[in-house]
Amino acid sequence: MENLQLVLPEIFLSLSIMFLLIFGVFKKNSSRLVQSLSLAVLIVTAVITFNETIGTNETKLFNNSIIIDYLSSLMKIITLSAAFLVLIISSNYLKTFKIFKIEYPILILSSVLGMMVMINSNDLIVFYMGLELQSLALYVLATFNRDQIKSSEAGLKYFVLSALSSGLLLYGCSLIYGFTGSTNFDVIASQLNSDVYALTFGIVFILVGLAFKISAVPFHMWAPDVYEGSPTSVTLFFTMVPKIAALTVFIRFLYVPFINLIDQWQTILIFLSIASMLFGAIAAIGQTNLKRLVAYSSIGHVGYALAGVASGTNDGIQSSIIYITIYVLMNLGLFSCLLMLKRDNQYYEKIDDLSGLSKNHPMLAISLLIILFSLAGIPPLAGFFAKFYVFKAVIEQSMYFLAIVGLLSTVVAAFYYLRLIKIIYFDKEKEKYDTDHGFWLKFSLTASTLLILIYFIFPGQLIEVVSRINII
Amino acid sequence: MNFPILSWLILLPSIGALFLFFTRGNKKNNFTIKYVALFTSAVNFFLSIYLWISFDASTSNFQFVEERIWIEDFINYKVGVDGISILFILLTTFITPLCIISVNNSIKERLSEFLIAVLIMESFMIGVFCSLDLVIFYLFFEAGLIPMFLIIGIWGGARRVYSAFKFFLYTLLGSVLMLVAIITIYWLNGTTDVVELYNSGIDIKYQNLLWLAFFSSFAVKTPMWPVHTWLPDAHVEAPTAGSVLLAAILLKMAGYGFIRFSLGLFPAASEIFTPLIYTLSVIAIIFTSFIALMQEDMKKLIAYSSVAHMGYVTLGIFTIQQQGIEGSIIQMISHGLVSAALFLCVGVVYDRMHSRLINTYGGIVSIIPKYSILFMLFTLAALGLPGTSGFVGEFLILMGAFKDNFLVAVIASLGVIIGAAYMLWLYKRVVFGKLVNTDLKQMFDLNRSELFILSCLAVPTLFFGFYPDPLINTIEVSISDLIDQYNFKLASQI
Repeated sequence: MENLQLVLPEIFLSLSIMFLLIFGVFKKNSSRLVQSLSLAVLIVTAVITFNETIGTNETKLFNNSIIIDYLSSLMKIITLSAAFLVLIISSNYLKTFKIFKIEYPILILSSVLGMMVMINSNDLIVFYMGLELQSLALYVLATFNRDQIKSSEAGLKYFVLSALSSGLLLYGCSLIYGFTGSTNFDVIASQLNSDVYALTFGIVFILVGLAFKISAVPFHMWAPDVYEGSPTSVTLFFTMVPKIAALTVFIRFLYVPFINLIDQWQTILIFLSIASMLFGAIAAIGQTNLKRLVAYSSIGHVGYALAGVASGTNDGIQSSIIYITIYVLMNLGLFSCLLMLKRDNQYYEKIDDLSGLSKNHPMLAISLLIILFSLAGIPPLAGFFAKFYVFKAVIEQSMYFLAIVGLLSTVVAAFYYLRLIKIIYFDKEKEKYDTDHGFWLKFSLTASTLLILIYFIFPGQLIEVVSRINII
Repeated sequence: MNFPILSWLILLPSIGALFLFFTRGNKKNNFTIKYVALFTSAVNFFLSIYLWISFDASTSNFQFVEERIWIEDFINYKVGVDGISILFILLTTFITPLCIISVNNSIKERLSEFLIAVLIMESFMIGVFCSLDLVIFYLFFEAGLIPMFLIIGIWGGARRVYSAFKFFLYTLLGSVLMLVAIITIYWLNGTTDVVELYNSGIDIKYQNLLWLAFFSSFAVKTPMWPVHTWLPDAHVEAPTAGSVLLAAILLKMAGYGFIRFSLGLFPAASEIFTPLIYTLSVIAIIFTSFIALMQEDMKKLIAYSSVAHMGYVTLGIFTIQQQGIEGSIIQMISHGLVSAALFLCVGVVYDRMHSRLINTYGGIVSIIPKYSILFMLFTLAALGLPGTSGFVGEFLILMGAFKDNFLVAVIASLGVIIGAAYMLWLYKRVVFGKLVNTDLKQMFDLNRSELFILSCLAVPTLFFGFYPDPLINTIEVSISDLIDQYNFKLASQI
């Protein structure tokens, strides 16, 4: 086992989780310390990932059940940094609700571990294992504010529906195993031509499970409720991190074993993509709760990311990854703003609470303005480029219908983003919110806003980073 | 010539805006803020004058070209001007300082934000007119929506929210199809560089659809009948400076786009769709002129007259005659000056009486004589009286149209009469007649800044009316070359 250093990040992370758990239990009042240690663990894991794996060629370990390549390393680093940022800006929120406990960082770490396993997986069993690990941690996180009935409801809802989808997914796995005789992606790929139609069933079931995890329409029903009920910092985590991992699995699963069945799954993906884009845009219009609105907007954004995957080319995959990265950035900014809407130890999450924000909090308002226009995909902000790359890849494959529907739904989506801007800028002001937000919250808002704003000066950098991804 | 003058033209206003952003704050600052903004835009204006002076009008090649790699192997940041675009840049840099001076009287709150929006707007608009890459063009074209949306929405009138949304969504809807077309062009030709596309031409099979996609965007922006309905709303609700920017410059982006892209890239499709443009233009001229006749709101009336004037512009462009296109460009410049002035004129009385309704006024000629004289001048320029720049444009367009299609030209000429009718009637009702409304007696005449702005606009209106040569000399070669290219491509089927 000379290649063990390639899984060093995962090994390190799991050992740290166990250590932190024991440490936290035995040492009283250590939640602050555990939080800091968890942050350190995330950084170290990211550094290890960067040093050990990002330069290596594609390597498979443990009977080819784990794959380490550029895609997996990159996605792990994105996941880790996103988790880091979530953790760092959530402490104020947790303290306000008196749920600043050791379990929170540890659960986040465990779910990140699950995601890393998912990203690495080259085998259905490994993939499923990772998926369940991350989901279990997420169920608990959703109910983290257990004294609030909505939070408990969110967790339960998420658990029930997620378990159902996991069941479907597992059923798909078993079908595929039954018809190809293996759970390994490479073996499946070599066994493909035997019985195509039965395999298609398997793919469909697995896609259903995955679509559920990234909340693509028509498997999105849980998202608004869960996003609304969960603590805001957890919602932030939900909207970003699991999607990165699930998207990677989407890519890996469709392009490694089933690339030859592209005609079968491409239609499904196009449907998922179009449905998500349209539904996300239309359903968000009527929302009054910001977190629900974000849920629908994230459904829409997932649609765009899937459009890239549906194109069936390396360009498409790269564009999806760019999309999800920029989306993470925008969401981070958006949630930083949400976490700033606090007055007298209470957080406000109704859309009307944004009313006239520009008069009392001009800086917060202008950041939101930039982020919202970017989410709507208006140039020259980062969100435009994200969409631009995706549609470039899609149009390359002459999928004009997908492109035009997608772009038209950006117009619909622009409406509800504009509505937020209208409320922030055109409406009458309300009471002021608190302004002491702690350094990290301000930092993440400023940093994400600035990056979104000046992205157009260096659009080539991100392309260069993803251009090494070469799956097909 | 190493000094990247075009990039500086684009950047300077943004730098000014950035500066304003950091000096935002209390009321005491307002004075400084305004002078910073004014200074920036004035410097930009002189820079563009310098650009015009050192511009070589004897060639149709792009000049002052700058090219930098922006996204490796994909898009280059490329800007440059030729005879067609340089006048629009001048118009932009000329109108913006005037807008900034005009805020004295109309914008009462959040002044620095307003000026930031105006300056950023200027950056984007100059970018539109000098970008030589389709993606860069699209970027600037769309980005202009953000500041304009805010200008209408924050500082607008009673129905500002509705108007701002309508403006934004209409334009966005039109533009997304253009984005599809741009990406498609990239996949067909492997480049979005306008100069290379001019040389290589675009596959004739795709031209019709691509033309339509570009058309959908430009038609909304022009605005052409029947997608013009956002314009009256946006104009009515926008603050004076916003209306001026909108009428004087934003509408010109589409006319410019028609010449640069529709004619330049898709000659075969342009030939096919010329009847469509003719029909829509003629409808715009006649129909919206009649609508303008019926308006009771001054701003709305001028907004509809803008639609009619832009109808002449599109008509002139698609005659594909030297006179027609020259006329269109001069008409756009002239409309930029005249409609800006008319909106400012409305702004002047609105600031005093807080009413835009025509029947509030009447008989003000003896109360505010200076105003009445200048208003008269611009009214006459708007209806195209010989000796004003409006005449030159309309005359050339109709000349081009007579060469190409007699019937269309005759109908369009009739539009001139209706145009005269609504403008003169407006003037008569506002300025002459009996003084019924006694509140009007308290009105005071133009103050210094208003007088200055309106005179600034009056001088070129008259000057180019009598002596349009400087304009025509600048655009002549570029246009004749464009038409040669057009006919050549048409003949050789590319």
